[in-house]
Amino acid sequence: MIVAERKSLERIEAMIEGMQKVLVVGCGTCVAVCLTGGEKEVELLAAQLRMKGKLEGHPRTIDEITVTRQCDREYLEQLIKHVAEYDALLSMACGAGVQFLAEYFGDQIVLPAVNTLFIGAAEGAGVWTQKCAACADCLLDQTGGICPMTICTKNLLNGPCGGTQHGKCEVDGDKDCAWTLIYRKLEKIGALDRMRIIQPPKNYRPMTKPGRYVHEAYQAAKKE
Amino acid sequence: MAGGLQQAFAEKDFVVTAEIGPPKGTDVAEMLRRIDLLKDKVDGLNATDNQAAVMRVSSLAVCRLIRERGGEPILQMTCRDRNRLALQSDLLSAWILGVRNVLTLTGDYVTFGDHPDAKPVYDLDSVQLLQTIDALNHGKDLAGNELKGATGFFAGAAVTPEADPLEPQLLKFEKKVRAGAKFFQTQAVYDLDKFKHFMDQARKYEVKILAGVVLLVSAGMARYMNKNVPGITVPETLIQELADAAKDQALDRGIAIAGRTIRRLREEKLCDGVHVMAIGKEDRVPDILRAAE
Repeated sequence: MIVAERKSLERIEAMIEGMQKVLVVGCGTCVAVCLTGGEKEVELLAAQLRMKGKLEGHPRTIDEITVTRQCDREYLEQLIKHVAEYDALLSMACGAGVQFLAEYFGDQIVLPAVNTLFIGAAEGAGVWTQKCAACADCLLDQTGGICPMTICTKNLLNGPCGGTQHGKCEVDGDKDCAWTLIYRKLEKIGALDRMRIIQPPKNYRPMTKPGRYVHEAYQAAKKE
Repeated sequence: MAGGLQQAFAEKDFVVTAEIGPPKGTDVAEMLRRIDLLKDKVDGLNATDNQAAVMRVSSLAVCRLIRERGGEPILQMTCRDRNRLALQSDLLSAWILGVRNVLTLTGDYVTFGDHPDAKPVYDLDSVQLLQTIDALNHGKDLAGNELKGATGFFAGAAVTPEADPLEPQLLKFEKKVRAGAKFFQTQAVYDLDKFKHFMDQARKYEVKILAGVVLLVSAGMARYMNKNVPGITVPETLIQELADAAKDQALDRGIAIAGRTIRRLREEKLCDGVHVMAIGKEDRVPDILRAAE
């Protein structure tokens, strides 16, 4: 899923300075799971902004709403009847949600309340780690299910650099060296030969931005 | 050197290279003095490539200066700062400027250097960079296009004999050999018995190995390296030897240790030579070589 963190109150405050009416829009999917932009976090941010306004002598209206997903048109429809009266929509979704909201409500100011971090997994309570770099050409079959494009800081494809130390990364001693992990895993599953294959330079063309994907079934439908 | 590094390996039992750190800025006077001091005492001079991710004059420009002054340059090339177009372009440029040797490196990460907010590249890794050099040597670029004039580089790579764990390092070492590395410079070695163990593995391949010798200037530096530099282990006995020296004698003791290490490597024929790194003390490299005699 997409993992995000909330921007500081100061940053958010600076974005909405002088505004009288702001709608905080939560997203009920990824950012709700990572405790950043779901219903509860919307409630908290709205309360903080109201309180800050009151304390600083410029009371304002801060309303709240949370949709199932901001990256899906069918859930944005329900916002139509609400948005016109606001100076800005403050989105707590990932960057995709913010942009989709801005695109959907073309006349409206849409602002980001979170920083989108990565595609990750829940490592434990309250801890998420990056697991995928969305390189568009998955090579996990070669590397024991551990991604060198993501876990190796230098995205090296042919083994560890000289900076690894006791199985840790030179860049951050708290992080594991991807290639030590890969080595141990391949050894465990009896597939060390895979580490002897010289991996060719990565093809970065599938990563050309902005990405676009049309499902096969829909491509066929369009042609007909 | 007239014959070049490749010929030195062919003709000599023990090859010696040293390092030139390009300046940060355009004042090259000090560096030129060091080049002149070292060029006839060693078989090759590495020009470092934004070493430790600190922005400096390029390795390529310094290689050309080394050559103009009659030295044998070794172009260090990291994968950190350039994509495959820039790397190949610089390789062709190096060749037409008379550079014949390339040392391929991954490159320290940008956050270690003086532009920690920079975008790191790593479009190729060191194995792929070696393959690229091999392609250019065969008159083709990485995309398979014909070149009008090929290169003929003598390519090298780095290896860490005391890496932990060692096995993944050895697997990559073997890939580098297959990808075209003809010589290796190792991370600094101090424990020669451990190094011997590594050489037993390395000797299975037809490549030349230069042991890395880093000059120790104090016990504090040795402890710092043990703690902070991956793959370097200075044995406690050496640290004690440095600590026992009077304060103004520590550097001389370090020079004696480096000389002793080189002598043993040569006399016991443990490897094909040494790459001497005397960071900030390049002026003392001749003293180290004298101590090794």
